[in-house]
Amino acid sequence: MTAEPLSLLSQQGTYQPHESLALDPDSVDSQRLLRDMIMTRRVDTEAIALQRQGELGLWPSLLGQEAAQVGAAWALHPQDIVFPTYREHGVAWCRGVDPVNLLGLFRGTTMGGWDPTENNFNLYTLVIGAQTLHAVGYAMGIVRDGDVGTGDPERDRAVLVFLGDGALSEGETNEAFVWAAAQNLPVVFFCQNNQWAISAPYSVQSRVSVAQRAQGFGFEGVRVDGNDVLACLAATREAMASARSGNGPTLIEAFTYRRNPHTTSDDDGRYRSGAENDAWAALDPIERLKNYLKTSGTLDQAFLDGVAQEEEELAEKLRAGCRELPNPAPDQPFRNTYADMPKELESQMNEHLVFVEAGE
Amino acid sequence: MTTLPGTMPIAHALNAGLRAAMETDDKVMLIGEDIGQLGGVFRVTDGLQKGFGDLRVVDAPLGEAGIVGSAIGLAMAGYRPVCEIQFDGFVFPAMNQITTQLAKYRHRSDGRVSLPVVIRIPVGGGIGAIEHHSESPEAYFTHTAGLKVVMPSTPQEAYDMIREAIRSDDPTIFLEPKRSYWLKGQVNRASTPGPLDKAAVVRPGEDLTLVTYGALVPVALKVADVCAEEGRNIEVIDLRSLSPIDDATIIQSVERTGRLVVAHEASRTGGLGGEIASRVQDAAFHSLEAPVLRVTGYDTPYPASRLEEEWLPGLDRILDAVDRSFTY
Ligand SMILES: Cc1ncc(C[n+]2csc(CCOP(=O)(O)OP(=O)(O)O)c2C)c(N)n1
Repeated sequence: MTAEPLSLLSQQGTYQPHESLALDPDSVDSQRLLRDMIMTRRVDTEAIALQRQGELGLWPSLLGQEAAQVGAAWALHPQDIVFPTYREHGVAWCRGVDPVNLLGLFRGTTMGGWDPTENNFNLYTLVIGAQTLHAVGYAMGIVRDGDVGTGDPERDRAVLVFLGDGALSEGETNEAFVWAAAQNLPVVFFCQNNQWAISAPYSVQSRVSVAQRAQGFGFEGVRVDGNDVLACLAATREAMASARSGNGPTLIEAFTYRRNPHTTSDDDGRYRSGAENDAWAALDPIERLKNYLKTSGTLDQAFLDGVAQEEEELAEKLRAGCRELPNPAPDQPFRNTYADMPKELESQMNEHLVFVEAGE
Repeated sequence: MTTLPGTMPIAHALNAGLRAAMETDDKVMLIGEDIGQLGGVFRVTDGLQKGFGDLRVVDAPLGEAGIVGSAIGLAMAGYRPVCEIQFDGFVFPAMNQITTQLAKYRHRSDGRVSLPVVIRIPVGGGIGAIEHHSESPEAYFTHTAGLKVVMPSTPQEAYDMIREAIRSDDPTIFLEPKRSYWLKGQVNRASTPGPLDKAAVVRPGEDLTLVTYGALVPVALKVADVCAEEGRNIEVIDLRSLSPIDDATIIQSVERTGRLVVAHEASRTGGLGGEIASRVQDAAFHSLEAPVLRVTGYDTPYPASRLEEEWLPGLDRILDAVDRSFTY
């Protein structure tokens, strides 16, 4: 018995409070939320265009997942830390990672792209599920540092780790759940159930909902409408607050849909229908929030114009920034393999540099 | 481009080989992520689920330990599972099942139980991919007793070797050089596969032996062409089987040529090049006129793709090594 996902906003934009989702809508700057979702989508659209122009080798699109990501990210305190997959462009945006830096990995100029300590936003993880255990370990560190349950909002912190629905099948994810539960760790697992793991529908992974699975491990699972940014924000806020105060982990399922193929290399026409896509397009999360702002009379045209202007600037910055991303120097992999470069590696580096220079 | 009858790329040859094996033996089944409707991310299993149904071509949940571990159980139950790991870098979650279970069960059961499991893995770089999509993990497997490790380099070999690997009662790691998936060649579908553990002399020569495998075989043949213009006759050996290694073919060759260069994409330290060099100096020390030279990937993680062209051993680096061998 899968529960209906909790929501606060109808598609038409009416706000309906829910007893399980504590949120005072007037305390939220929904116009700013809208801006972050629009900007996130623009990062995505520009990256896809850059991929089509041959500037990027690949791009994993998040189309349709803007509310889940922006809602979750808005629940963070600066001292909280995020462990993303490879698709969390909206979370990166909200955390202040320069979006140009998201492109390097997919352009082939870097295997990382940003300083993971700068915005408490770790590097993208490509091996499915691996980051869930890193989140658990980091949460153990937070406990040992005494940064949970002090009641000091500047001090208490928690971990927010993202995963896809497919990732629930990896052994490592299940180990992460076991550890988080057994040690009551300050970690929130945020699963964007976009219903597909490449060509595998959710039914290949599980017979019960994502949220239900948490029960078996002994912690709370919450199922929210992933296209409702306020619901995602409310659920994540509550789960993070609970984790920070020492009440342990939560698994949040944001039930949503990724309207683009898995990546720009994927051909989703082979395994899913256009009708399904259309149905979800009608539930677009950005339109939903706009409708809400219109209905509540708080959508300001000047604000929208400002965002449109910002979007153009962002697009320009992405296009120029992408082409200007520096190619790594040929000695870069050698210099960054160890803290102390072994002699043997140094001689391989020198051998390589002679070879590269001879070719130039 | 015109396609000769019987000419196909490696990806299609593998598909044909899998199909033939499934037709021959109804215990053969396939398990992997996205191998059904999608036909695998490289389309190697394209159409097979349609032809054989979803009990024989199984779309796996997203868990590699699950794929290999289940295959072990299926093999115990009399099936011959062929697993697909989506990319080289994603085999590691399955390493426990491969190294501690799959490789050891025959030994532990005093030879009573065979685990005829094939694990297909696209490997190697050179396709401009992101992290974990360009690795050369072969040495992890060759270091594990109980596994066979093979890698075809042409469509005919792909077609023959996949059928032979499936027929083998030993667990086989079947490495597919992904940069060669679209390399075309003649495939005789009526062929009888030869033994899996033989290296192939793909170009005879007298002056130097060049041993390699997988995607570097066509590069080695080019090296030989260039050398021929300079009057040097290079013998090229395609290893085909990385474990066991067919020493005899290599040693016989080196006894004639007196020189050996080994090339592979994988990092140098602990790589197969060292193993081959060691065997040759042991068995053919007195025939050697130069030290055995290795041309390999470096001891760094596989680099961002903008660097891979020079990082990978290519024509020039192999030619340099050949030249160096002749300076002795
Ligand atoms: C361990 C591992 N196995 C396989 C892959 C190949 N792969 C990349 S993404 C993906 C599907 C992931 O689905 P999901 O977890 O639902 O996340 P989504 O991409 O839908 O956001 C697969 C199979 C991988 N990256 N890592």
